[in-house]
Amino acid sequence: MALLDIRDLSVRFHTHDAEVHAVNDVSLTVQPGETLGIVGESGSGKSQLAFAVMGLLARNGRAFGSVRLDGQEILNAPPKVINRVRAEKIAMIFQDPMTSLNPYMRVSDQMAEVLVLHKGLSKRAAVAESVRMLDAVRIPDAKGRVRLYPHEFSGGMRQRVMIAMALLCRPKLLIADEPTTALDVTVQAQIMTLLADLQRDLGMAMMLITHDLGVVAGSCSRVAVMYGGRIRELGPVGPVFADPAHPYTQGLLSAIPRIDTDEGELAVIPGQPPDMSRPPQGCAFRPRCAYCRDDCDNRPPLASFAPDRWRACFAPLAELRAGTESRP
Amino acid sequence: MFAFILRRLAVAIPTLLVLIVLSFLLMHLAPGGPFTQERALPPQVLANLNAKYGLDDPLWRQIWNYVYGIVVHFDFGPSFVYPDRTVNQLIADGFPVTLTYGTLSFLAAVLVGVTLGSLAAIRQNSWLDYLAVGISIGAQVLPNFVMAPLLVLVLTLWLGWLPGGGWSFSDPSFWIMPVIALSTSYMASIARITRSSMLEVLGSNHIRTARAKGMPERRVILRHALRPAMLPVVSYLGPVFVSMITGSVVIDIYFSTGGIGKAFVDSALNRDYAVMMGVTILVGALTILFNLVVDILYAWIDPKIRY
Repeated sequence: MALLDIRDLSVRFHTHDAEVHAVNDVSLTVQPGETLGIVGESGSGKSQLAFAVMGLLARNGRAFGSVRLDGQEILNAPPKVINRVRAEKIAMIFQDPMTSLNPYMRVSDQMAEVLVLHKGLSKRAAVAESVRMLDAVRIPDAKGRVRLYPHEFSGGMRQRVMIAMALLCRPKLLIADEPTTALDVTVQAQIMTLLADLQRDLGMAMMLITHDLGVVAGSCSRVAVMYGGRIRELGPVGPVFADPAHPYTQGLLSAIPRIDTDEGELAVIPGQPPDMSRPPQGCAFRPRCAYCRDDCDNRPPLASFAPDRWRACFAPLAELRAGTESRP
Repeated sequence: MFAFILRRLAVAIPTLLVLIVLSFLLMHLAPGGPFTQERALPPQVLANLNAKYGLDDPLWRQIWNYVYGIVVHFDFGPSFVYPDRTVNQLIADGFPVTLTYGTLSFLAAVLVGVTLGSLAAIRQNSWLDYLAVGISIGAQVLPNFVMAPLLVLVLTLWLGWLPGGGWSFSDPSFWIMPVIALSTSYMASIARITRSSMLEVLGSNHIRTARAKGMPERRVILRHALRPAMLPVVSYLGPVFVSMITGSVVIDIYFSTGGIGKAFVDSALNRDYAVMMGVTILVGALTILFNLVVDILYAWIDPKIRY
């Protein structure tokens, strides 16, 4: 059974002048122990998908559909239920470690309160366990630094504290929302290695949200590509990156700068992402797509075209490529 | 921290001196004097009065004598208008009254204001929010000189529940109306500041983290949100506390409480230089003191602030 089973999840935000369709009919599963990457440009709905799963949508947001964790429905669950699930079964780390820790509380206090609340530990035992966890995320002199405030740590160290805090209750799933975006490149690599090690040691699954395709290639088993609040392509990382089935995936991949060639200009996907307060009727990628056809006025469903591979496109790249190759 | 407090207290002394000199000069620049009356006094009498109170000395000598009296004898001088009373006595009589109803008003304003503002923010755009915002706007546009006679009309004349004026340290029924009249508009301001600051904090990333950790909403508010939300409120409260405990002329007049609020206004009207200076220095010293208290509170609330 899948650890996390998302079915037809939609997220709507009610604003003054419009209803923003941030996430539309997303269905996904995360298997125990696996790492699922979710990629897409800013505004593609990948973070809101995660917030909906965690029940952390902004006040004007509503989620529809179904999210099951270990078979238990958690979408729009009452606060008591969702608060037990959070931290104990699903934990989340965020993009900006500078502001995601509470600047007004000592690290020991913010970590210990998790264990006191969820595990019923005494304050003293909870702090001791927090120190062990800080050791596990390789914070030097954890015992001495646990009493410090977040601003007394560097950015990378703060993200380590965040990770340690998220893992205190040994969750089965960690949602990492752009965990390295705000960090230096060298620190990024350290954090990703740390996450991979911890994931293996604790046997937990991870949902890694990022716009860094390199990170996905390095650490995920499967990847979901999102655009306009919908999944466009889903499949194992190797085949998807080697042989993308959606023009958007291809566009993302070709926009990665390469260090081994001197191409001069960087490839870009022309145009703008869709305005999700007025979601397009047909394929949302159509205005930017080089391969669009007449039937792109209808919305392409996410359909399986090969074992374990899914795409939402009427003009599949593989066929087109086959077509060009057969031409004289 | 200790060195910071000492440094700030050391700066307070020149600040107070500047305050004294400026107030002294401004007071003497204004036309008229304590003995200016509708029917002019005979020149000889006026000269004698001026000599008695030292008003014929050059201004620098007057300031010097005044400061000397305060520093060496803690003597703020005699009242020019009430010959049998000293400024020390006037303040000693009036200040305990304003200190009492001012402190009570302050506590009421903070408790009600912070609670109302927090509730409004937590239940943003609910009927509770609209009610709280409505109450605070109503309270803010209702000036205390309108509120005070209304209170007397309803609670004293119609219902007969409370004494309509006067003051007694032993009977709290005298305190209620001054406290309501004085605290209402401050309460409204505190509620508005708390609401907007709480809204901002509740939208911040570390609150999202606290929720992601599975903290119950109650704990998110009380343990994670309230403290940072109090920062702007605290900086507002320092000067407000001073102006509340140094009294209000409206309260003193409508409720005949006999505080220094009325004494201060009377002294200005009567050109009672000594009383005016005395109250000015009192307010100045308290302002400096409570700004220091605010800074200390800031450092206590926000660990990033270190002096």
